Amino acid sequence: MIEILVRFLVGGVVVSAFAVIGDVIKPKSFAGLFGAAPSVALATLGLTIASKGPAYVATEAHSMIAGVIAFFIYASVVSWIMMQYKVKAILGTLYAMPLWFGVAFSVWRLWLK
Amino acid sequence: MRIQIDFSVLGQTEWRDYALRFVLGGLITAAAGIIAKQFGPSIGGLFLAFPAIFPASATLIEKHEKQKKENQGLDGTARGAQAASIDAAGSAMGSIGLLVFAVVVSKFVTSYQPWTVLIAATISWLTVSVVSWQIRKAM
Repeated sequence: MIEILVRFLVGGVVVSAFAVIGDVIKPKSFAGLFGAAPSVALATLGLTIASKGPAYVATEAHSMIAGVIAFFIYASVVSWIMMQYKVKAILGTLYAMPLWFGVAFSVWRLWLK
Repeated sequence: MRIQIDFSVLGQTEWRDYALRFVLGGLITAAAGIIAKQFGPSIGGLFLAFPAIFPASATLIEKHEKQKKENQGLDGTARGAQAASIDAAGSAMGSIGLLVFAVVVSKFVTSYQPWTVLIAATISWLTVSVVSWQIRKAM
């Protein structure tokens, strides 16, 4: 329980820090780079190095590649939907979310597993 | 366009927007740990690139841009959607850097000092992301 709480607090702080950097930077296209910052990865892998060791971290980072490929496709599709259809951001980003799951698990199963 | 830092945006953001991103960031980090414990690090690793705060950030950008236009007496709906779209395109560029981050960690973390590898991977993410952004701008 303590470990989950520590992960929650460290993750919240690291993710918020990168998000605030993205907020204050202009232009928006550059600030968007921080939307793909390795914030969750740094928090998770940093804590995992201490508890499980480098081999465990290497396995997680290897699978992360599939998540990143899915993230690239997800962000590109969201960008296109928002530009093309001018839908509300919350709808565009949430409707596209199953795409992340589909691509991440497919790439992992076909290529990285 | 030059890269600038505008701290006035921080004053426009409500505390609940900061709180929401903190909670979402914390939840996905905790969830990634739980998933790795239950299903192994191979599945858990996928969630290190889960776009957990993406909807909250895009909504915030849309809200700020819409508000700016509405303060001028204009309808900011289209401008808000456009700003969120541009931000998402930037995130897609940033994910190229994130890919390099993952590759650097997975290849070198067992051979070198792990903390040094994490720092090197973060520098690689930033460098590759900025170069990708510059190349896209120049096109």
